[in-house]
Amino acid sequence: MDNLVILCFAVINSIALLALISLGLAVIFGMMRVINFAHGEFIMLGGYATVIANHCGLNLWLSMLVVAPMFVALIGAVAERLIVRRLYGHLVTTMLATWGLSLFLIGAVTAIFGNTTMGVSAPLGNIPIGAYSIGAYQLFLIGITALLVVSALLALHWTKYGLIARAAMQNSEMAATLGINCDRVYAATFIIGAAISGLAGALLAPISGVLPHMGAAYVARAFVTVISGGGALITGFLSAATILGPVEALLSYFATPVLGQASLLLLAVIILRLFPTGVSSLWIGGR
Amino acid sequence: MSKVPILAARGLVKRFGGVAAVDGVDLVVDAGEIRCLIGPNGAGKSTLFKCLTHQHQPTSGHVLFEGRDLQGLATHRIARLGIAIKNQIPSIYANLDVRENIRLAGLRRWLGKRQLNRVVELTLDEIGFDERLASQPAATLSHAHRQWCELGMLLASSPRIALLDEPTAGMTREEMLKTVDVIKRLNASATVIVVEHDLEFIARLAQRVTVLHRGKVLVEDTMDKIEANEIVRDIYLGRKKEAAHAEG
Amino acid sequence: MVRQVKQAFFPVALVLFAALGPFILEPFDLVNLSAFSAMAIAALGLAFVWGTLGILNLGHCTFFGLGAYAYAIAVSNLGDSTLAALIGIALAVAFSLVLGYFLFFSRLGDVYLGVITLCVTLIFYSFMTSTADPSFHIGPVPLGGFNGITAVPSLNMPGDPQAFLSTEATFSICLLSLAGAYVLLSLLRSSDAGRIMTAIRESELRSELLGYDIRFYKLVGFAVSAAMAGLGGALYTAVMGYVSPNVFDLSQASQFVLWVIAGGLGAFVGPVVASFGFQLLSSQLGANQVFNTELIFGATIILFVMLAPQGLQPMLLGLSSLKFPHRFGILRRKEKPA
Ligand SMILES: Nc1ncnc2c1ncn2[C@@H]1O[C@H](COP(=O)(O)OP(=O)(O)OP(=O)(O)O)[C@@H](O)[C@H]1O
Ligand SMILES: [Mg+2]
Repeated sequence: MDNLVILCFAVINSIALLALISLGLAVIFGMMRVINFAHGEFIMLGGYATVIANHCGLNLWLSMLVVAPMFVALIGAVAERLIVRRLYGHLVTTMLATWGLSLFLIGAVTAIFGNTTMGVSAPLGNIPIGAYSIGAYQLFLIGITALLVVSALLALHWTKYGLIARAAMQNSEMAATLGINCDRVYAATFIIGAAISGLAGALLAPISGVLPHMGAAYVARAFVTVISGGGALITGFLSAATILGPVEALLSYFATPVLGQASLLLLAVIILRLFPTGVSSLWIGGR
Repeated sequence: MSKVPILAARGLVKRFGGVAAVDGVDLVVDAGEIRCLIGPNGAGKSTLFKCLTHQHQPTSGHVLFEGRDLQGLATHRIARLGIAIKNQIPSIYANLDVRENIRLAGLRRWLGKRQLNRVVELTLDEIGFDERLASQPAATLSHAHRQWCELGMLLASSPRIALLDEPTAGMTREEMLKTVDVIKRLNASATVIVVEHDLEFIARLAQRVTVLHRGKVLVEDTMDKIEANEIVRDIYLGRKKEAAHAEG
Repeated sequence: MVRQVKQAFFPVALVLFAALGPFILEPFDLVNLSAFSAMAIAALGLAFVWGTLGILNLGHCTFFGLGAYAYAIAVSNLGDSTLAALIGIALAVAFSLVLGYFLFFSRLGDVYLGVITLCVTLIFYSFMTSTADPSFHIGPVPLGGFNGITAVPSLNMPGDPQAFLSTEATFSICLLSLAGAYVLLSLLRSSDAGRIMTAIRESELRSELLGYDIRFYKLVGFAVSAAMAGLGGALYTAVMGYVSPNVFDLSQASQFVLWVIAGGLGAFVGPVVASFGFQLLSSQLGANQVFNTELIFGATIILFVMLAPQGLQPMLLGLSSLKFPHRFGILRRKEKPA
């Protein structure tokens, strides 16, 4: 019984984790069709911002929820200005350039902080379930992920910005004739995506610690989730996370975490074999 | 009289979401024919062509090539049977020169090097390309020359049947007349179905004309009879009236 | 004719170097250059599959790593290094066929392909780092987790595992393999099959409508590139004497891509020259500990990509030189048709 509860928790946790690490990428890819290879490093920078701010004496919650997203948003703004903006429309080139950025950021952080793990301790203590216990912080993570996803969905469909953004993405020329400044919309979208990635990194820092190379651990899973989700922005990656998460969780639980990750990738490849434009082509039609 | 038609469509349907772009087409084309397909914009002509070559999977219905059902065949398999197509949007290897374009079309026939070179030079001759044009990258060709380059590729691939979607679009009258010649060359060894709007072009080429309207075959007859047909006139004239209305 | 002479120039130079190098260079340099050549062979594989066929494989190092691990395990178990290298190639090819089946038969776009291939290599990386437990072993060889497999035997005479080859002989073999790979790929590219591959890169639709099975050609090209990477990986392990999960990591993946971009997409000589140049650079930097290589490589990739914002894309399409883009690398000297 306790076992079952723990297992359910692991499954939900895994879905939430996938959603959390993919949301920023999904926003950028879904809206701009830009593959941001530096996504993992945005997560990493969010983690570092939290840890450094906390070590400097700032309150942990402030460091996580305010400092990290703002810092990464800043980095995102610079990257957008200097790199991404100049390459709009060149999918492959953008991908390569952001990959260069990814390596550059890893190198820079290694040069500054060294190749060692730093961390902050997880707040909120544990909740006992029978013989086991789960971290209250992890419950908090699940909650805040749900909150983020729901607010992204609402922002996209119910706010003026969402409407403008969707218009600009659908048909930038038409939007331009309606007086929408597409450059600014793209920039804003990229910055928001970066901020979300930074927040994800911040939230994960207490659990996993921070390391210059930590991005690589997340980036593969995030890409796979977003890509097998396909065209529908939020619902797509959410459903992909819901399919992939449990598989990863169960295999990690019954076998090894590495097997869990490998099976996640394998499943995604199979999904793409069946639906080359992602699972969401089921309800929005193959584009 | 039990001659098998080279190409036959039976109850062919293609839906895009709710729209039936091709809505139950029955079509029989005999070997050696030049058939013209006409119809107002959006009638479904291009979509029909793409269904015949499985660039679109038909929603339902059958395509028979020399009596053989093409169902389930991939596009390249259909091409290997000898069904060649020039889509409405030109598709050539823009960065390769014209000779290479044509060579790649002939290469599939596994001819042997010398024979292949002969086919390539012959084809260049047939589409009237001199050495300068032949060694130019296809991207630098004029609009009409691109069309001819693609027709040359079809010629070199020696198809059993060639589907041509608006081969004279945007051509001057002179160029159109040259295209008529090229298509006649093609017809010497292949059946041809051609989509066109230009009536003079059709009159010079086609024996029979099929009129497509809203995804269905409206009538099929000789050009003279089609020109005299009230309903066909209504479709084209009606459209013209509407257009005049919209402008006025 | 002129072209053929020009084409022959590079492999001939390599062969000469293979013959003369042992007399001029120190053993330390010979070992380094052997390792560089092994890497360059793998880079040629990527130059081929990306430049000719247009397949952007960001995870090319997967095949390199598979060749490297397969060699290490096989040579320790079997003794014969020739057989082990062949097994390395075979494993890389086999995996490329399985992966390629999923990639090409799903008709994934460029970007998806790049992402998936990169993810595959990352999965290998995390798998290999998790094999520290002694229960992960093949024959007497433990996989070794993060430390990888050490004390891998170097090349030996075919059929006589005790007769290890000297540093000089290994050097010559590596350079001759590089020359061989270059010649093989050049011949393949200018063959009919290679021209069809170029055509597929130019327009998949047209090629399909002409009756070419693009999935088949892509699969073949992918397998050829994997074979090159597998050979490179096997030779690299033989030269270095160890293999670690780092062969699957991001910076390894980025190196191959960087060399091909820098050397010129569609070219063969360029990537080889670039791979030697960058490896020399990073071994110098690594020795001096001034900067870490990721910083340098990242900045270099960004610079290369940004300095040709429009230039890279036409380059990707091979627009810059007609017919078959043979460009002599960084010099970007355009050939006149012979
Ligand atoms: N890929 C597609 N997705 C959705 N609708 C399509 C698609 N292709 C064509 N259609 C629709 O199908 C109908 C028929 O189009 P089609 O291109 O076959 O007409 P056509 O007869 O070739 O016209 P034209 O003379 O302008 O070339 C049109 O209403 C068009 O909007
Ligand atoms: Mg049409």
